[in-house]
Amino acid sequence: MIFAIMQRLSQMLFVMFGISLLVFLIFFGTPGVDPAARIAGRNASPEVLAAVRKSFGFDQPFYVQYLTMMKKIFVTGDLTSFVNRGWKVVPAVLDTVPVTLSLVIGAAILWVVFSLIIGVTAAAYRDRWPDKLLMILGLIGVSMPVYWLGEVMNLITQSRFHDSWLFSWVPPLGYKNFSDDPKGWFLTLVIPWITLSILYIGLYGRVLRASITEALQEDYIRTARAKGLSETRILLRHALRTSLIAFVTLFGLDFGALVGGSALLTEVVFGLQGVGKLTFDALQNLDLPVIMTTVLYASFFVVLANAVVDVIYILLDPRVRTS
Amino acid sequence: MTKPENVSRGPWATALNRLSHDRTALVALAVFVLIVVACLSAPIYAHLAGVDPFKSTLDATITIDGVQKPVMEVPTTGLALGYTPIGPTWRLGTYFLGADNQGRDVMARLLYGGMNSILIAGAATLFTLVFATVFGLLAGFFGGVVDMVISRILDVLWAFPVYLLAISLSIVLLTQGISIGPWTIDSSSLMLPIFIIGVIYIPYVARPVRGQVMSLRQSDFVMAAIGLGAPSGRILWKDILPNVSTTLIVFIPIMMALNMLTESALSFLSIGVQPPDASWGTIIQDGQGLLYTRPAVALAPGFMIVISVLSLNVFGDGLRDALDPRSKIKLGRG
Amino acid sequence: MILEVTNLRVSFRSERGLVRVLDGVSFTVDEGEVLGIVGESGSGKTMTVLAVMGLITDPNAVIEGSIKFRGRELVGMKPREMRQLRGKDIAMIFQDPMTALTPVYTIGWQIAEQILTHQKVSKAQAWQRAIDLLAEVGIPKPEEAVHRYPHQLSGGMRQRAVIAMALTCNPALLVADEPTTALDVTVQAQILDLLRKLQATHGSAIIFITHDLGVMAELADRIMVMYAGRVVERATRDALFADPKHPYTLALLNSIPPLEGERPHRLQTIAGAPPSLMNLPKGCAFGPRCSRKFAACEDRPTLTSPPHETACFLIGAK
Repeated sequence: MIFAIMQRLSQMLFVMFGISLLVFLIFFGTPGVDPAARIAGRNASPEVLAAVRKSFGFDQPFYVQYLTMMKKIFVTGDLTSFVNRGWKVVPAVLDTVPVTLSLVIGAAILWVVFSLIIGVTAAAYRDRWPDKLLMILGLIGVSMPVYWLGEVMNLITQSRFHDSWLFSWVPPLGYKNFSDDPKGWFLTLVIPWITLSILYIGLYGRVLRASITEALQEDYIRTARAKGLSETRILLRHALRTSLIAFVTLFGLDFGALVGGSALLTEVVFGLQGVGKLTFDALQNLDLPVIMTTVLYASFFVVLANAVVDVIYILLDPRVRTS
Repeated sequence: MTKPENVSRGPWATALNRLSHDRTALVALAVFVLIVVACLSAPIYAHLAGVDPFKSTLDATITIDGVQKPVMEVPTTGLALGYTPIGPTWRLGTYFLGADNQGRDVMARLLYGGMNSILIAGAATLFTLVFATVFGLLAGFFGGVVDMVISRILDVLWAFPVYLLAISLSIVLLTQGISIGPWTIDSSSLMLPIFIIGVIYIPYVARPVRGQVMSLRQSDFVMAAIGLGAPSGRILWKDILPNVSTTLIVFIPIMMALNMLTESALSFLSIGVQPPDASWGTIIQDGQGLLYTRPAVALAPGFMIVISVLSLNVFGDGLRDALDPRSKIKLGRG
Repeated sequence: MILEVTNLRVSFRSERGLVRVLDGVSFTVDEGEVLGIVGESGSGKTMTVLAVMGLITDPNAVIEGSIKFRGRELVGMKPREMRQLRGKDIAMIFQDPMTALTPVYTIGWQIAEQILTHQKVSKAQAWQRAIDLLAEVGIPKPEEAVHRYPHQLSGGMRQRAVIAMALTCNPALLVADEPTTALDVTVQAQILDLLRKLQATHGSAIIFITHDLGVMAELADRIMVMYAGRVVERATRDALFADPKHPYTLALLNSIPPLEGERPHRLQTIAGAPPSLMNLPKGCAFGPRCSRKFAACEDRPTLTSPPHETACFLIGAK
């Protein structure tokens, strides 16, 4: 088992290296493109361009450029934005993490709870109307662009029905710090949480239903029935429990991906200044250092999260754990 | 002598027969085809309605029930800042869904945009499938170093968050376009979103293909062909590819749906289709500023996306059941 | 008499109409008796015991007839009442021990779960009983084995654990569906020994399913032969082996090597394949494969009366 974990971690380091190399190549190695001009932003003066060239070592070999970039982002953290003159990028990115975490964790709680309810209910009523209804709803959830759903939510709660008793509590868009205003923090995040979770509720509900239904075909379910267990117990303690392994793995991957930037669209629509929104703003300003930083930090986080998930998987499944 | 029916039908015929009995899947397919046909008739619509969906027409007027109205209305309430585009007239012809903030006909743009959305999703699917198949075949069949190199590259692409990879690629490609040797691709070309979306999903398809090829490689008929000294290329083409093709076909609607969502998201983030060209994503973005006054601009393309993606997903479910009832390909994460 | 099955019929609604998998099966099991059911795959032997256990969960299944356990009718019994019988008074051992246990729980947990379902005891007591049971079925170091997961045990040990689980509540009736088929030959013998020993100590009646007449000869008191969802012959073990009457039984016996005496040069096989349940022949289901078929076989034979029951027109003709 220790060997399996070590192997997984070394694979993680390799993937991290690969990603950093890929990012480096995309930003600095694209043929026919001057990276200094990109980093300096639109209409930069010759002096700024020269400063950028020197600072990133563009007059030196590729491997020095790569190392310079990695050092600026991960070691010294002194990467500065040229679009927003002198702005330290790394601390700015780290500042946005709590916002993204607030959004994703809340949504994750919602989507785990509701997809469990939906998946188990659909599996219990499989091939009957509650199952069919839930699966169609799930498919609709999966088919909606999240940013569009966010706009529809805004239209309903901020404009059309804002004055009704139902949504008068919804505060204006934006984020409030938990430490300053816990109630405001909660209220501003309710609608984004619901919006972000709907896609995942649909997806996880369907996946869970499929894997429970599959588990219910197994021989050990027949053994459980022969033992005289109740159908509820068979469904929850035997079929669901064995399906949860896949569920937890999928959850870890998606949670990691969301914190690592996939919540971007939701953040943009609801004006939440998280990692994704920061990246989006940098995209509008063509502020390359910011994008490089968020991309690298976020994708490293995702890779790390994936590795953690695999280790948890090893710990969770006795078949893998003890072999 | 009459031929016996239902005897020794090939797997394709069996699948087709199964699919033809799946009413839900057929309805879904019909809905999608209907949307495609509607979008393809965009030029006809624009011609009949007499509108140019790509030109700002801030000073145009239309006549409704004999009353002439400006397309960009001066608001009568509030601070009266700027103009509000005309809302939906619900009359086929002019401004059925109203106008956007540049006075352009939303309905015409919706159809033109749909054409781009579907084109990009389709072309990106083709791109993904072709490259994923090549990578999957090579890695799965030759194993060893080839497999290691390809698998590690796929690992990296797989672990890279989809939108961040797309942003990274597009910020470099979309600002100046790209020129490799004699080829120059303009930054507003649709080739760029097709390429970006096509690349990011290669691992989603290549990994299962690789796995399947690896198990086929061990199967008796392939071992026999290798033993008989058949060249690798021939085995890949004649023995392995046909067996992988069901998986690939099952992926088509799923990838189309996923690509449509991705394309719309990228266009919404202004790193997909570039103005004045339109796609459903860019129209939603256009409509964002008008959300509370003229919600139809943002709502309509969203509904189109939902219906298209939903019909593709439903049809994909049916296709999967028909081709390979026991297969485990599930909806990709988007 | 502990179990009385009368005219049991099981059919499945399918696209091509009703498919009858069991047709008019009747039998009884006495207290402490071992009844063997023999037949090829698809003969309905597993379906028979699944019906007894109330484990046919397919919504398209139609079950008719009567199954009386200690005088209580099981067909149409409320699921809740049936559950109280299952695992307590009637227990079952399955064919493949590799897949019969839930992979994510320890052996001890799974045995204790069954005890706690049916008996009002503390968790510690249930756990202790699990250890005792594992010891009884011959698993070495039972206090360690309870903490093992199914995949950590060998096939034979797993089957012992499954048997231990079946014995938790001292069932009056134990149903064993080919419990040795999936095991190595040497392990098969051990498991059969174990079952025989347990039958002596626990005194449960056993319905034992197999397609292996050799196994049957060691264990069964009475043997019932099934073909295409019908009972074709039933007699005591000795009578059946000494004087098989139905051509199908005869063919089955000829297809196994004799335990004593000179081995035949070639073993006989039964020509043809079992009929499709979709379109059974009108008369005797074995007719198309029977070497001694004659005009009467166009009608359906009925079982003769005990003690040696046979469903074959040859018996009347003799």
